[in-house]
Amino acid sequence: MSTIAEKAQPGKKERSQKTQQILQKYGIVFVLFIMIIGISILEPAFLSRSNLFNVLTQTSIFGIMALGLTFVIISKGIDLSVGSVLALSGVIAASLAQTADATGKFFPNLPVMPVIVPILAALAVGALCGGISGALIAKTNIPAFIATLGMMTVARGMALIYSDGKPVSTLTDSLTVLGGKLFGWLPIPVLIYFLMIGVSYVLLDMTRFGKSVYAIGGNIKAAEVSGVNVGRNLIAIYAYSGLLAGLAAIVFAGRVGSVHPGAATGYELTAIAATTIGGTSHSGGIGTIWGAFVGALVLSVMRNGLTLLGVDAYWQQVTEGVIIVVAVIIDMRKNAKKG
Amino acid sequence: MAEENYLLQMQDIVKNFPGVKALKGVELKVKQGEIHALMGENGAGKSTLMNCLAGVHSPTSGTIMYDGEVRENYDTSQALHMGISMIHQELSPILHRPIMENIWLGREPLNKFGLVDHKKMYDMSIEVLKEIDLDEDPRTEMAQLTVAKMQMIEIAKAISYDSKLIIMDEPTSALTDKEVKQLFTIMRKLKAQGKSIIYISHKLDEVYEITDRITVYRDGTYIGVEDTDKLIVDRLINMMVGRNVDEMFPKVPCEIGEVKLEVRNLTHQRLFRDVSFNVRRGEILGVAGLIGSGRTEVIETIFGIRSKVSGQILIDGEEVTINSPRDAIARHMALLTEDRRMSGIFPMLSVRLNMAITNIPKYLNRVGLIRYKSLKSECDDYVKKIQVKTPSLMQKVQNLSGGNQQKVLVARWLMTNPDILFLDEPTRGIDVGAKSEIHRLITRLAGEGKSIVMISSELPEVMGMSDRIMVMHEGRVTAVVDNTPDLTQEQLMSYATGKAVGEE
Ligand SMILES: Nc1ncnc2c1ncn2[C@@H]1O[C@H](COP(=O)(O)OP(=O)(O)OP(=O)(O)O)[C@@H](O)[C@H]1O
Ligand SMILES: [Mg+2]
Repeated sequence: MSTIAEKAQPGKKERSQKTQQILQKYGIVFVLFIMIIGISILEPAFLSRSNLFNVLTQTSIFGIMALGLTFVIISKGIDLSVGSVLALSGVIAASLAQTADATGKFFPNLPVMPVIVPILAALAVGALCGGISGALIAKTNIPAFIATLGMMTVARGMALIYSDGKPVSTLTDSLTVLGGKLFGWLPIPVLIYFLMIGVSYVLLDMTRFGKSVYAIGGNIKAAEVSGVNVGRNLIAIYAYSGLLAGLAAIVFAGRVGSVHPGAATGYELTAIAATTIGGTSHSGGIGTIWGAFVGALVLSVMRNGLTLLGVDAYWQQVTEGVIIVVAVIIDMRKNAKKG
Repeated sequence: MAEENYLLQMQDIVKNFPGVKALKGVELKVKQGEIHALMGENGAGKSTLMNCLAGVHSPTSGTIMYDGEVRENYDTSQALHMGISMIHQELSPILHRPIMENIWLGREPLNKFGLVDHKKMYDMSIEVLKEIDLDEDPRTEMAQLTVAKMQMIEIAKAISYDSKLIIMDEPTSALTDKEVKQLFTIMRKLKAQGKSIIYISHKLDEVYEITDRITVYRDGTYIGVEDTDKLIVDRLINMMVGRNVDEMFPKVPCEIGEVKLEVRNLTHQRLFRDVSFNVRRGEILGVAGLIGSGRTEVIETIFGIRSKVSGQILIDGEEVTINSPRDAIARHMALLTEDRRMSGIFPMLSVRLNMAITNIPKYLNRVGLIRYKSLKSECDDYVKKIQVKTPSLMQKVQNLSGGNQQKVLVARWLMTNPDILFLDEPTRGIDVGAKSEIHRLITRLAGEGKSIVMISSELPEVMGMSDRIMVMHEGRVTAVVDNTPDLTQEQLMSYATGKAVGEE
């Protein structure tokens, strides 16, 4: 239905409304641009190719987890376990990827295995942890917050038990190469991150699974009566989140060269923050992969910028907190009063 | 008729909820190719029975025989596969997704790579929307639509399953005559294709127009089934409520005083322009119009929910600024909103709190604590008066039947005792008996000198209750007329469709 005002004055008003819409839709991108411009004026070195790749590399680990959390949060859930799951799948993967001459070798008699073995192990452990959380949520109806809080604690404990509280190090080159660079300039973590952005985008936007994720978060009852198998989808959502945490563990192991059982503590909050900054709504049914990417960039550009500008580490934390809140306030203007 | 001709036979269906026996052993038999009405008061168990049939609930006991087989323990997706689709009474859509994803949810068309084929989904949606004559881009977000359009989409969705049996639980409660006509055309077409439809409505004229047979329930029990054309209205009402209902529109003329509220040239950016009207003390102003005519939006603007571009609002001759509902309430206005699910009830709270929530200050004692006793007695009073069917005042509102939720809301606003009361579709989904009681309460308020603005899509209600009637069409006032006995529905319809413009 075309409304009267549009008929009456199609010119200016409509256009200004459009710009407003675009602003609303991409508000957080503007925040990112303003940050980038601001930082590069104060510190031109920010824009150097190596620094930009550095920013992306620093984004990649929690950025990958934020992709999974996007699915979770769109479905009106939360996953607090991804940091611990990273640690657990990380120590397991690392124990399968130690060099032959590593001191204090985890499995002394284990021959050096092809790199695919630790990778698959990490992915499997991650997906399993997530799947268990998902199954708990689906079958017992306990809140996702509780189920994943439980998983967070259990996975951390398992990581400590498995590794006996010690870091697992001296990893084979075939694994650490994953933390390095391709052709001497393209960081492989960034490559993996971008690949997963693509995969996640396709999953969320172009599959039935993705549509169900939105439906479950938007109106679980409506999803149910439309024949969506809510339980199975919930399991898949959390399994995917766990799988990505497992993948993040591989990137972590590759970059650091070792995994300790206390690794990635608090990463879940960074990943949740990235997703939220990117416009994914905790009330469910709203969110994009693209947003999770931009949100993650906002966080790491900010961190990198503050470090470049020589801001004191303690003050960095304070600034970070303030910027996160302000960014979301700017973004939230899309939820203003009815027109 | 031989047994084999029944598509559906439900027998001895019992359904218990904690503390409530919703169905106490009822039956329903539906033939192939018929339109079958379910009737009964609010809370009689109609929706519960249909939820059992559509796989939302499983019955506590009883047998369901469908398409020649006994069916047990199936869920909604299996019901859909069996060819049973349902338009739910209390269901809201997935608001922030496009129309097309709402329609094809759970069965999106896939391309050869197993990915959702958006182009095909778009084309299929265009087809479906054409069928219901709705001119909307399938990519539009649901949240942008009016309640009526959302309802039409629900209808379109239910039809698109190509089911053998379509359940329509009060599909018309959010629709105006024009859409209802359209729906009936569709229903006749489906019937001609040999499909069966179960139709639930509290609007008697609709039921008589479209249905072949009527099954009546009361208080979770089965009362009987009759051919529609052999069942006279009085007897139907008697079957439903167990007594005769007196006069439908008990309008008593009351003294009309000075102008209380005046609206001058109210204009919204898009939705309406130059809306002027007034309402006096003791007057009921009925507002008629089709869906999309801007009626609801005008009221929401006066109430401060939407922002106006220009225009004045005067109360007692003095211009006032209203920027938020709080301002409006401070001016002794009240608004019963059109959409109870989204802006009315607090589903998780008790019946008592839902009724009293706008009224708490009235029940505070000197130290600011709530005097539950007087609160309870007033709530009890209203529960009795408009027959809210609830096991207790402490029941969560979400557990009441649709009509009973609406009654709780009506009670809330009647209890606030405002000077100016806006009612947007006050009797939507309410059964005949309670309806006339609500009409009586509204009339009594007017008699006490209150000013009432009542939007209704039911012309008989508007004509039965109002002193004057304002008609809107596409965002403009096309007529404000006195409600004289020689005013006809046809006249109002021609104003509402913009074919005629009355004296202003
Ligand atoms: N989930 C539930 N928990 C508890 N009680 C319920 C629940 N659902 C329905 N009821 C109760 O079952 C009874 C029948 O409700 P139902 O919704 O079937 O009525 P209805 O005939 O559809 O009424 P209406 O015309 O108002 O839609 C009501 O008393 C209601 O309070
Ligand atoms: Mg009902």
